[in-house]
Amino acid sequence: MSASQNQHEVHDHDEENDEFQVNIRDYLIGFLLAVFLTVIPFTLVMGNVIQDSVTTAMVILSLGAVQMVVHMVYFLHMNSKSQGGWIMLAFVFTLIIVVITLVGSIWVMHHLNSNMMPSMNHEVIESIQQLK
Amino acid sequence: MNATIDPSSRYYVKNHHPKNGSLLGFWIYLMSDCLIFACLFATYAVIGRNYAGGPTGAEIFDLNLVALNTAFLLLSSITYGVAMIGSQSRNLKKTMRWLAITGLLGFAFLLVELYEFWHFFSIGATPQRSGFLTAFFALVGTHGLHVLFGIVWLLVLLFQLKKHGLIVENRRRLFCLSMFWHFLDVIWIGVFSFVYLMGVLP
Repeated sequence: MSASQNQHEVHDHDEENDEFQVNIRDYLIGFLLAVFLTVIPFTLVMGNVIQDSVTTAMVILSLGAVQMVVHMVYFLHMNSKSQGGWIMLAFVFTLIIVVITLVGSIWVMHHLNSNMMPSMNHEVIESIQQLK
Repeated sequence: MNATIDPSSRYYVKNHHPKNGSLLGFWIYLMSDCLIFACLFATYAVIGRNYAGGPTGAEIFDLNLVALNTAFLLLSSITYGVAMIGSQSRNLKKTMRWLAITGLLGFAFLLVELYEFWHFFSIGATPQRSGFLTAFFALVGTHGLHVLFGIVWLLVLLFQLKKHGLIVENRRRLFCLSMFWHFLDVIWIGVFSFVYLMGVLP
């Protein structure tokens, strides 16, 4: 029994090997890209490279998005095949929910704000109070 | 056959489980964590500019500290990678050493963040001061708490590694913690881009 169990264990280790496989190349590529993608936005902001704030914000956000993908692929080892594709499927679902949450909140609250703003204005409130 | 195997070998019964279901399970936990952060980011996006006459991001953020913290987290990602490589070549010493370095970098990150928070509190920029600060502390604080729990987990894992070596259970734990750690790094990208860098733009 113990012999067969040992055999089982050895076999098991070999099986697990494939699952936790990582390689140093991935980490190095990921790290270099990450450093690159981090240094650029910090330089842009700290060095005041672009005068226009909107352009800078767009560049920062796009570089941030690219860096997130880099981390996902090279550090989190995400690909369409791991765990029979379920990792990717769960991620895509989450991404949809995240986009709905972010875009939805900003959109709704922006409209709410612009519709509410006049009555929140100090002068308007005062003029209403004077009318009473 | 099964009845004669002792309970500790339950991981070896493969037929009933998908291979390493825990990796997928842990990934789904991370995705739900992602939703928490999405809500916090949405909150910040909505009320992050409501200063209520209080300090603005441009006035209180120190980008040098943020750059330092970003460097700590990025370096901890690559040191964790080295620990993973060490575990792959069954080098327990290398794994533990680089895991410890990763933990120290995480700890340095937390110290700098606590210093930053302490500084904000000392100049009256508390969470109660304005909508901006409420959203800020909720988002950045939640991330910091995650890092804290990551460090606790890392310490526990160091003890487990010391006691049992690189057995398959520990390698699975190491892999799960690596996903957690790298995931926190991904969230931090969002924090430094969206909160700090965009916060100081004129």
